Amino acid sequence: MITTIFGGLLLAAAAAYITGRGKARRLSDQEKLHSRPVYHGAWTGLAGLLPALLLVCTWMAVEGPVVMRLTAAGLPESIGRMGPAATGLFFNDVRNLLTGAVGPGQVRPEAVAAAAAWRHYLRLGRSLLAGFAALAMAAGWGFAICRIKPSFPARDRVERIIRVILFLAAGVAVLTTVGILFSVLFEALHFFAKVPFSDFLFGLKWSPQTAIRSDQVGSSGAFGMIPVFAGTMLIAGIAMLVAVPLGLLSAIYLAEYARPRVRTVIKPLLEILAGIPTVVYGFFAALTVAPMIRDLGASLGLDVASESALATGLVMGIMIIPFISSLADDVISAVPRSLREGSLGLGATRSETIRRVVIPAALPGIVSGILLAVSRAVGETMIVVMAAGLSANLTANPLKAVTTVTVQIVTLLVGDQEFDSPKTLAAFALGLVLFVITLALNVIALQVVKKYREQYD
Amino acid sequence: MNQNSRPQTVSTAAIVAAGLRKRYRAEKRFRRLGIGAVILSLGFLLLLFGNILSQGLPAFRQTEIALEIEFTPRLITADPARGNYRALARQALQRAFPKVRKRRAKKELYRLLSNGAAFELRRMVLADPALVGTDRRCWLPADDLVDNFLKNPESGKKRLSPRQLAWLSQLHNQGRLALRFNRFFFTRGDSRDPEMAGILGALCGSIFTLLVTLALSFPLGIASALYLEEFAGRNAFADFLEVNINNLAAVPSIIFGLLGLAVFINLFGLPRSAPLVGGLALSLMTMPTIIIAGRAALKAVPPSIREAALGIGASKVQTVFHHVLPLALPGMLTGTIIGMARALGETAPLLMIGMVAFIVDIPRSLSAPATVLPVQIYLWADSPERAFVAKTSAAIIVLLAFLILMNAGAVVLRKKFERKW
Repeated sequence: MITTIFGGLLLAAAAAYITGRGKARRLSDQEKLHSRPVYHGAWTGLAGLLPALLLVCTWMAVEGPVVMRLTAAGLPESIGRMGPAATGLFFNDVRNLLTGAVGPGQVRPEAVAAAAAWRHYLRLGRSLLAGFAALAMAAGWGFAICRIKPSFPARDRVERIIRVILFLAAGVAVLTTVGILFSVLFEALHFFAKVPFSDFLFGLKWSPQTAIRSDQVGSSGAFGMIPVFAGTMLIAGIAMLVAVPLGLLSAIYLAEYARPRVRTVIKPLLEILAGIPTVVYGFFAALTVAPMIRDLGASLGLDVASESALATGLVMGIMIIPFISSLADDVISAVPRSLREGSLGLGATRSETIRRVVIPAALPGIVSGILLAVSRAVGETMIVVMAAGLSANLTANPLKAVTTVTVQIVTLLVGDQEFDSPKTLAAFALGLVLFVITLALNVIALQVVKKYREQYD
Repeated sequence: MNQNSRPQTVSTAAIVAAGLRKRYRAEKRFRRLGIGAVILSLGFLLLLFGNILSQGLPAFRQTEIALEIEFTPRLITADPARGNYRALARQALQRAFPKVRKRRAKKELYRLLSNGAAFELRRMVLADPALVGTDRRCWLPADDLVDNFLKNPESGKKRLSPRQLAWLSQLHNQGRLALRFNRFFFTRGDSRDPEMAGILGALCGSIFTLLVTLALSFPLGIASALYLEEFAGRNAFADFLEVNINNLAAVPSIIFGLLGLAVFINLFGLPRSAPLVGGLALSLMTMPTIIIAGRAALKAVPPSIREAALGIGASKVQTVFHHVLPLALPGMLTGTIIGMARALGETAPLLMIGMVAFIVDIPRSLSAPATVLPVQIYLWADSPERAFVAKTSAAIIVLLAFLILMNAGAVVLRKKFERKW
């Protein structure tokens, strides 16, 4: 239905475009126009389309609640008296009926009636919408056609609309940030209403299972994020231990030593590593690297967990190598030639030049790249979900299994959930922490570059 | 001035000469370190690819058994959609081994064929109702244990009984047991039976999701880039937007999943597990990439083009849309393809919005429950059956093939339209 409305509106707009352009063309035979006929046509089309689209979008946004309110008003008294929780369940049944997830025989008759009413109001609303949209379209179209005359500045109007549309598109990015902030913050605040903020921030125990019955064993539900956070840092730290030396040395070799032909071959090959989906790394970590490290540990007489932080961190490090190497490559290549030549001219060897001149000059960029890489490692999800552990151990031993913020978010939110238990809300609190950490790292990385970068040219 | 300074210079040279060998050694060591780092990194790449290929390639072939199927009308009944195809398959096995009489032995015999054999027969009859009443030789999928035995005879032998092995060798001698191209992998959705699990459902889900992502993020990203680069000028709001977009590009992808869950599903009431919601979340994630690439492409268009257009009387909007945008479009498309490739490989946000369900059906619309290729990989990687490891690797090969195709397309586009001004 909605698709039909949209299609109809677009067709009508095309027709409006043609009529507007036609009228302007006829006028242009007698007199010189302010704007070319296509702009008159576009203006006519937009004058019809925009109000109608606005109408459709507004209705789409409010449709659900309005239809629900109408349906609820028509329900028998007994449903209204059931209390909010039971009413919610009742409407769940209605929704399931509408999507066909349950049959009419599986729910109470009131729900079947309500579903019918829902369908009725939905159809009524959409028919009305189609009518009003057609009216708006016709009104805008007619209005615009009447205004077409040689002196009408159609091009200015159309260009203004285009600018506004571009501006609104750019606004979506802001809206996304606001959306992230509010959705995460809002649910996190719900969580902090149930679990004190200080318990969350400084608690040493994380076991998000809440009790169904109060006498269950181990059902206390503890939400201290320190062990989760420590696990994240442990894995990210191991990843950086792998990625920073390998990435930096590769970048130095490619930028300073490698012949151009070698460079053009090796650089894209390294970047393949960055293009591999993280779920592939996760599979690799869980099924190849982790057993390998466990067997290696066993042959050395060490007790390595099969979900060891070492394996996860190692694979995550491999994933981050190209990230660091390409960022470092860029900043190293940006160090002006004159610095190198000065150093070489004084008799330093190439490695001395690199270590004492090039790297210090490129350091702010390198540090900022490493900070960005850390932020990446902290926010990385699939590798840890597939290869790291689930239980939160507060340990610094890389051979043990630890869990991370992202793993916890995924395990808490995947599967069926009710939306007011602390268990689900905890995921959003963790999401908030993750967002704040990565944001802080990014901001610091930018500041480092801004503050310490030397302008050589 | 006096001659005392001369011996001192000589001694400096001596110091330098004495240290030279050590310094050269350090130089060599440093260089080798660099080469070592590159080789190690590429070694990881090789290990990863070798590992996936060696595990995944066998899954593109599947063991099948050829049986004389008698399409008995009695078993297929009036409605071919509800016929007893399992009995049909069993009857054929029985015909191939008429000596098997005992119940236990029969059970073992039936276990040679996959559960999917019945589905395959049903599909054949539905596609061609004239089959009913005829006799025909059909290749039917074997059970995953049989499949495993054919691929790794040593380890696979342990999980089959001696009787089953004897039957298999008999079938083999008659040329009725063979590894054939695994058509089920490309024509079916997910399944609990590894030998019948396919990626078509996930592939369709991925395509739907990417379509939504492309339809939203491409126009929005290009429009934002145009606004920022051509119309915004230098003001506080534009700076704010720029910082904002750069930050969004660095936000972990899982956060976009949280956004999708809280806003699109809980607030707007869109269906869970649907490609529509997945596409919405992914398009928000991809947009910053497209904006950044689009701005770079616009920056690369020289100012002289704009000045020439403005100079002969074009308006600002005309200049941008008639002259700047067409020149920047190849660069923008390259950025978009790379963004789409990232979206295709993305898993985490889709887990948040419930695209992890076990879905057998091939999705047919944007709001039908679906899963995508990377999520399918995640699901299979988690399942305990050994045979799914090969399936997972095979799905990864398909995913990587798509990614390589997309990236190669981006490279070709860049090579073809790249212009130095």
